[in-house]
Amino acid sequence: MSLDPDLATALVEPSELPPEEPGRLAVFWRRFRRNRAAVFGLVLFVLVVAAALLADVITPGDPLRRVAQPLTDPFTNPVAPLGTDQLGRDILAGLMHGARVSLMIGVVATLISVGIGIVIGAVAGYWGGWVDDVLMRFTDAFQTVPSFILLLALVAIMGASLESIIFGIGIVSWTSPARMVRAEFMSLRHREFVEAARSLGQRPVATIFREILPNALPPVIVFASVIMATSILLESALAFLALGDPNHASWGNMIGQGRSVLRSDWYVAVLPGIAILLTVLSFSLMGEGLNEALNPRQKK
Amino acid sequence: MRMPPILAYALRRLLQAVPTILIVMVGTFLLMQLAPGDMVDALVGDMGGADAAFIARMRQEYGLDQPVWVQLMRYMGKLATFDFGWSYVYEQPVSTLLLDRLPVTLALMAASLTLAFVGGVALGAWAGRHAYSAADNLISTLGLVFYAMPNFFLALLMILLFSIHLGWLPVGGLRDIAAFHTGWRLWLDMAIHMIMPVAALSLIYLAFYMRLMRSSVIEVSELDFVRTARAKGAPEGRIMRHHIMRNAMLPVVTLLGLQFATVLGGSVVIETMFALPGIAQLAYNSVIRRDLNTLMGIVFLSSLLVIAVNFITDLIYARLDSRIELR
Repeated sequence: MSLDPDLATALVEPSELPPEEPGRLAVFWRRFRRNRAAVFGLVLFVLVVAAALLADVITPGDPLRRVAQPLTDPFTNPVAPLGTDQLGRDILAGLMHGARVSLMIGVVATLISVGIGIVIGAVAGYWGGWVDDVLMRFTDAFQTVPSFILLLALVAIMGASLESIIFGIGIVSWTSPARMVRAEFMSLRHREFVEAARSLGQRPVATIFREILPNALPPVIVFASVIMATSILLESALAFLALGDPNHASWGNMIGQGRSVLRSDWYVAVLPGIAILLTVLSFSLMGEGLNEALNPRQKK
Repeated sequence: MRMPPILAYALRRLLQAVPTILIVMVGTFLLMQLAPGDMVDALVGDMGGADAAFIARMRQEYGLDQPVWVQLMRYMGKLATFDFGWSYVYEQPVSTLLLDRLPVTLALMAASLTLAFVGGVALGAWAGRHAYSAADNLISTLGLVFYAMPNFFLALLMILLFSIHLGWLPVGGLRDIAAFHTGWRLWLDMAIHMIMPVAALSLIYLAFYMRLMRSSVIEVSELDFVRTARAKGAPEGRIMRHHIMRNAMLPVVTLLGLQFATVLGGSVVIETMFALPGIAQLAYNSVIRRDLNTLMGIVFLSSLLVIAVNFITDLIYARLDSRIELR
């Protein structure tokens, strides 16, 4: 999942094209399709999204309520096709509603972290000089605190609601996008089209948002898939330690609960574990496919 | 007299760390300020309430009536001397508590990172040399799966297999308390207890370094200086060791430094799961028991560790890459 710095320059090209030119999109799709693993990732991702969307249709009602005898084995009771945990909760319902919570956390936390990253990276990269120095020392400092430990501290202070967890994950993961946006701005700020806008008297804020940002964004969007995967992992680790929001279904929490019955009923912990594994795998595979499709110069 | 360039480089790197540490200190202070209630509230709560005059006197005694910036200066002065305050949960100074717990975490980190680095570089180099063979495909696919695996799930699967089904390895703890081992038996016992935690923490990074090393070896193998060495008739083993490995390892070394913080964060889950008495498990306990002084001590100490490790990897990088300017 490492991202090539060359990616940036490769990505600038397609984004500058007007959207009504479908040819490039077809080319992109053809390149993406060539990587079978990436297509598999896309299929996995679509399945997870479908599970999240259909959660209320297939498994209606509160996923945290008791539906059957505790520790029913999978495939034995049609009420709970994948069995129940030690509190008699439907595992399938937990998986589907958990997909919804995981994706929601992934998307919102990523938006927060990319948002902060864009503001800090853009300001540092556009102005440079002492502004850049100050902001980058600040970013360095943030990066030296292990993100999971900082997240623990934030949750300890703000409480373990879903909102504060999402906010916390956003706060601990903005440094990489900030560095990326900064690097893009550094390389773009002296380009002709930027100089032209500046000499026409455009204000800095307008130049940043209208001229540079659209060109700096594509690599950040690809990197967002990495942040989304990390966000899902961070939340599941918190929930596994029973530090998550107890009012929502969560894969990590299901694994944590299943740990105490691992000896007799391993499926309680293993099924949600596979769900996390496949979701994160789908992001990795798609990210790699995107990288290859958008950066054809890189040898396979 | 001029300093050797590597020393001057090291000195400059150390100086660069100073503002970073100062910012972390301020950040830690701000987090403490954000927390609802201060130390006196906690103390008074423990005592079951007190009258207003007494509370005011205590605030004065602890300097909590001073302006924020005075408190900040004091706090930074204390952190600089490794005084992290008193843990009201463990009834001892936080610094003593951390010092007691540090060896376990350092051992876990050192073993995990060594395994991840050596294993990742070796497997990745092998896969890169035999790119697109069946074995390479298998290694690469496994690497991808491990990389997507949450460490606590991997740990759980290992417990299921090696402790529950096979009965080979202990489920947790640092030693077998009932056995009363001494001397080398005790060390062996502790090593056995560390096998699963180390594996659970490192396999994910091993997979990551392996993938990185593999693509790095493929990339470097096609560069001109490798072709030149081959044209000169250098033996293949020498080309691999001196030309390819040395250069292909560079991105892995950089990443090792950058990811140390993530591995340290990941050890919170692993130490807690395997009941290892390190600082990461302490972080979890202090969240559960609302011991903010200890938690902030850990935040500060762990960022110092990360800075130290990055400093060391920078020096290794400078040694490995002769092109790098020592600036």
